[in-house]
Amino acid sequence: MAVDGVSFDLSAGGVVGLLGPSGSGKTTLIRCLVGVQIVESGSIEVLSEPAGAPGLRRRVGYLTQAPSVYGDLTVRGNLRYFARVLGAPPDDVDRVLAEVDLQRDAESLVGRLSGGQRSRVSLATALLGKPELLILDEPTVGLDPILRRDLWALFRRLAAAGTSLIVSSHVMEEAAHCDLLLLMRDGRLIARETPASLLARTGAGDLEAAFVALIDRGMG
Amino acid sequence: MSWTRTYATARRILEQLRHDPRTLALLLVVPIVLMGLIAWIFPAHDFDQYGPPLLGIFPMLVMFLVTSVATLRERTSGTLERLLAMPLAKADFIFGYALAFGVLATLQAVLVSGISFGLFGLEVQGSAAIAVTDALLGTALGLFVSAFAATEFQAVQFMPAILIPQLLLCGLLLPVDQLPTVLHWLSYAMPMRYTVEATSVVMTAATVTSTYWVNLAIVGVFAIGYLGLGAATLRRRTP
Repeated sequence: MAVDGVSFDLSAGGVVGLLGPSGSGKTTLIRCLVGVQIVESGSIEVLSEPAGAPGLRRRVGYLTQAPSVYGDLTVRGNLRYFARVLGAPPDDVDRVLAEVDLQRDAESLVGRLSGGQRSRVSLATALLGKPELLILDEPTVGLDPILRRDLWALFRRLAAAGTSLIVSSHVMEEAAHCDLLLLMRDGRLIARETPASLLARTGAGDLEAAFVALIDRGMG
Repeated sequence: MSWTRTYATARRILEQLRHDPRTLALLLVVPIVLMGLIAWIFPAHDFDQYGPPLLGIFPMLVMFLVTSVATLRERTSGTLERLLAMPLAKADFIFGYALAFGVLATLQAVLVSGISFGLFGLEVQGSAAIAVTDALLGTALGLFVSAFAATEFQAVQFMPAILIPQLLLCGLLLPVDQLPTVLHWLSYAMPMRYTVEATSVVMTAATVTSTYWVNLAIVGVFAIGYLGLGAATLRRRTP
């Protein structure tokens, strides 16, 4: 496996940022947490159950990196189907549409939407059924700054309401929105701390510089 | 397995097809056009001989292709990974597909049989049941085979690889008892052989007999077996 010795605790209602350059093992770690990755060795527990346990499939919401929704269904058609699979109440569809601000496009075919809209449909799907833990693989990648800001506001709102989130990104500036940072490089966890303590420890002016300093000084 | 989730899956698949009217039209019209062509080629007497088995085989080919590409798309687009991370049983997924395409196959079979009898003057009983069973078999085979394809190019090529040998050995070109011994034995493993046998029963006896039902049941067992194998190839964990 590409990821070694990673373990962390997350109390309910917080945002953990999983950061690192492309190819550092973020997606592999996320797929392990969700239980869709074949794990060679080691054990992973999520919400006190082994990762991927049947009991977790309703408690964990998962957003894959590429939007995994049906292009030949409408936005509402997609959400209605996934809501049925989850056993979520039908009005949950309207709730998640509002969360990601897609009400106006509800009846559009997903295949005709822009990339940013499509990834929000995929995100809305992960919110169905109000999971306790949301695992989001690069939810903001490729989106415009306004949309990124709105999504981070949504993540903070969900966290304030008691949802735990694990959000991966390769953009260090997004780290500032997180309560705890996991920094990865070459399949290893090189730091696990709050943004404030990372800045203090490295003496860097911003988180991007702090990450670079960490690698340069071999401080991981 | 849950009926609600199987039904939701089947409904979702049909809804997708509804948004793709060209595929839907091709599915329903192509077998009819092909039967018309056969009717045109052969004089009435020969058409009654070649028509019935082909009535089953055309829907099977079409459903095989559609199903294998559709399930491959689920695998490559990540929707299957997402579904398997949700409380969806593998059987819900497989039987959802079987149900959706089963409905479509029935529609197709009823249309093509009706038109073959009414318009092309085909005079054989029991062909519609064969067409439906065969279309289901095509769906089941397509579901199973899509597990071995990584791309749509590969999936499409499984059609000649899996179906043409059956077409050659099913007794349509040469009666199975005239095949070389090894091929004769091999033909027992080919579900299409039983289709041809069932149709030849109704053609010679001019009515449905127990042999007809037995052969049809064998095709059905093959279909269920392939659906089971298809479910077994779905993996929640992938590399």
